[in-house]
Amino acid sequence: MDLTIGPNFFFWQAEAVRDFYRGLASAPVARVVLGELVCSKRLPFWQVEIPGAVETLLAAGKEVAVTSLALITLKRERKLTADLAEMGLPVEVNDLSALAHLPEGRPFWVGPLVNVYNEGTLRWLIRRGATRVCLPPELGLESVAVLARLGREEGVPVEVWGHGRLPLAISGRCYHARLHDRAKDSCQFVCGEDPDGRDVETLEGQPFLAVNGVQTLSQSTASMAHQVDALREAGVAALRLSPQAKGFDRVCTGWDARLRGGLSAADLSAALRPDVPGGRLSDGFLKGPAGAAWSGAA
Amino acid sequence: MMELVCPAGTPAALRAAVEAGAHAVYCGFADETNARNFPGLNFTPEDMAEAVAFAHARGAKVLVAINTFPRAGAEPLWHRALANAEQAGADAVILADLGLLAHAADRHPNLRRHLSVQAAAANPDAINLYASAFGVRRVVLPRVLTVDEIAAINREIDVETEVFVFGGLCVMAEGRCSLSSYATGQSPNMNGVCSPASHVVYAEEGRDLAARLGGFTIHRTPKGAPAPYPTLCKGCFTSGEQTGHIFEDPVSLDATHLIPQLARAGVSALKIEGRQRSRAYVAQVVRAFRAAVEAQAAGRPLPASALARLTEGQAATAGAYAKTWR
Repeated sequence: MDLTIGPNFFFWQAEAVRDFYRGLASAPVARVVLGELVCSKRLPFWQVEIPGAVETLLAAGKEVAVTSLALITLKRERKLTADLAEMGLPVEVNDLSALAHLPEGRPFWVGPLVNVYNEGTLRWLIRRGATRVCLPPELGLESVAVLARLGREEGVPVEVWGHGRLPLAISGRCYHARLHDRAKDSCQFVCGEDPDGRDVETLEGQPFLAVNGVQTLSQSTASMAHQVDALREAGVAALRLSPQAKGFDRVCTGWDARLRGGLSAADLSAALRPDVPGGRLSDGFLKGPAGAAWSGAA
Repeated sequence: MMELVCPAGTPAALRAAVEAGAHAVYCGFADETNARNFPGLNFTPEDMAEAVAFAHARGAKVLVAINTFPRAGAEPLWHRALANAEQAGADAVILADLGLLAHAADRHPNLRRHLSVQAAAANPDAINLYASAFGVRRVVLPRVLTVDEIAAINREIDVETEVFVFGGLCVMAEGRCSLSSYATGQSPNMNGVCSPASHVVYAEEGRDLAARLGGFTIHRTPKGAPAPYPTLCKGCFTSGEQTGHIFEDPVSLDATHLIPQLARAGVSALKIEGRQRSRAYVAQVVRAFRAAVEAQAAGRPLPASALARLTEGQAATAGAYAKTWR
């Protein structure tokens, strides 16, 4: 089992993006997916960093793929998606319409925002050219085991959400703009003020969700620290770590140590908790009874 | 005339909808294959066959929603639902899952396929992909699009489009939301339920009534005041200095006044949400909308008064159809 770094969900300054991917070049991870997933309006502000980051990561021996947007509606977003196919990298499909821009038979990766819930869907995507599939974080362990087994039979690595705030929903509406009494078209890029998303609590102060523009995330950081053995036994090929603003180098080295058996689940959780936004962990989608639940010590 | 597609959670509601003027009725089997898998609702295979016979005798169609995502290791349940729909004589099935669409196209080629809103096909490329790969003939559009965007989509596709005009409103792209399972373990995609009643607890605390979903407080209302059902995305939350309905107010969708624009945008069918609603409600809404689509087709002004009553006392929005909503 190895590690994949997913695309950054958040709107960071260009320099922060540059530093982040430079740091990843020396991190103990096998591959990196980068590009804008959440909002096409952000891309012009940091797009210039992409070629350099790709070059650095490839030179460091990482596999690199570029993600599609999660929700493609505008003409320029469709054009942008068509352009991804020309970058010479595998495209990670996170909106199914990205497939329409890939010539039949061109290999692609499937991201966690495509609904792969069963064997029929996984098989269809593999026939179509999928060479790597990250399952939706919502899936329980039983489903993961069935799909990982099929992936192995078909020679397609199946990956599972390993660490990071969970991508729970995507909308036409921008909640960051709404919180500032603005419409999406006049958002003034306020999502850039919250490098890990903006926390949403219940009226009683329970930590609950986080908004990131048009995306809604969990407030807790999902961590499969306690599920490594079960996932390995199920035949899962990789865990996905989702970027966070603080201490991501420690996330990568901690997870590498965990996979090598040098760090217990409890020690990894304790080591990572100070860096995760809000300090709370969850693994309930995999283990039940609900996504927000955590099977480790509080 | 635009086709009016109406909800039926029970055989009685189906009959009421047909008698009130529905051109088509959509419904599902009583199991996890459909996205309104609520206790006491939905159809057995025998109910379905009778419902189809009733509808066909009166010139109406029946569309069977098999629109959850089959559970890994349990696909035969969904495959049986397809076979049962065809056997019952359904006019179309409404599907969301790629694997199920592939199975339907392969094994039930003569059963007309519609793409569920749960598939969230939000642009012409996605729609054309579903049309070419699976022979989908109609797409129910996700509620993230403006009327202008719908018109633009219709210029680039050959299949029909259907849009929601009335009833409950998802503020997230449907079929791509796991808020409910994050709080409760039960989701629309996997279980056909959202914010399920089984996980709702009301607690009287001081002067308030707190409504919790999976232990998370969704709203608090003064005792005695009307308390909306705790649907997660319509809840009242706090973020920083702000407290309010961060995602959406407790409103429902009403795009009645947009019917002429939707017709000009090339929309083929108008859909009313509400398979969980009573047959009296269904009959009333269907009657009003039938009058509206007939007026539209005849070039007459919409009978505005017909619908005013339905949303009385309850806030309504045109949702994403108006750009300012976003």
